[in-house]
Amino acid sequence: MTPLQGCLLVSALLFAIGFAGAVTRRHAIIALVGIELMLNAANLNFIAFWRYGAHPEALTGVMFVIFSIALAAAEAAVGLALIIAIYRHYKTSNLDEVKELKG
Amino acid sequence: MSLPFLIIAFMTVFAAAAAMSLRNLVHCALAFVVAFAGLAAMYLQLDAQFVGFAQILVYVGAIAILIVFAILLTRSGDTPNKAVLAPGWVCGIAVSAVVFTLLGWAVLNSSALPEQTPPAPVATVKDIGGLLMTKYVLPLEIIGLLLTAAMIGAVIIALKEPSPTENSGRKT
Repeated sequence: MTPLQGCLLVSALLFAIGFAGAVTRRHAIIALVGIELMLNAANLNFIAFWRYGAHPEALTGVMFVIFSIALAAAEAAVGLALIIAIYRHYKTSNLDEVKELKG
Repeated sequence: MSLPFLIIAFMTVFAAAAAMSLRNLVHCALAFVVAFAGLAAMYLQLDAQFVGFAQILVYVGAIAILIVFAILLTRSGDTPNKAVLAPGWVCGIAVSAVVFTLLGWAVLNSSALPEQTPPAPVATVKDIGGLLMTKYVLPLEIIGLLLTAAMIGAVIIALKEPSPTENSGRKT
């Protein structure tokens, strides 16, 4: 197994774990963390292909990951603000109990 | 496949699995920090130093604190005594297992992946900064605009909504 395949396998495992967490957990914050984990698995793929692929001097993978980290920061801020607003309205952050949009 | 890579990979995957399966949310957040620190170590091992340190700054520094604050503000810091998994959790686990099996099969059997390991590329901060100011200056501006909009939006969303029973002129 080459190092690239090792990185890709770790990334696939992280993606699967994040997906399982985002789908199965009841709490909204953990679902958000699962989505962050899936995003990071994609970032690891970018870095692995940049490191072991052709033309690493173009720095394309690094640039993509930098922008992706900035996007993830914005996403986490808005997502957690939404969770806090939902908690204030429904007095719960359990995803199963938040069923209607017009409370 | 070197020994440091194996150690970092095992630590990252174990911490991620713990973050997704522990019952107490504060423990989840701490395991999440370990997982992202492990990912940063993996970036450092793949010769992407700038990305590794950016990962530590953004994830371990900012997002983890944000998550802990959200956990404490929604008063979910203590261990729940109800079930923490949604009703259809078997389906979710099965789908994610299928996803991992497919991805792993594709990775191990692909003929498109390069076989040989190239020498370590150099990605100095000077190169990255130069590219950010020349070729990628438009995405940089857009990301700046997006971060500003997201910050203002997050503040507005999380603002306390005025309760209808109280006097509307008073700040609540």
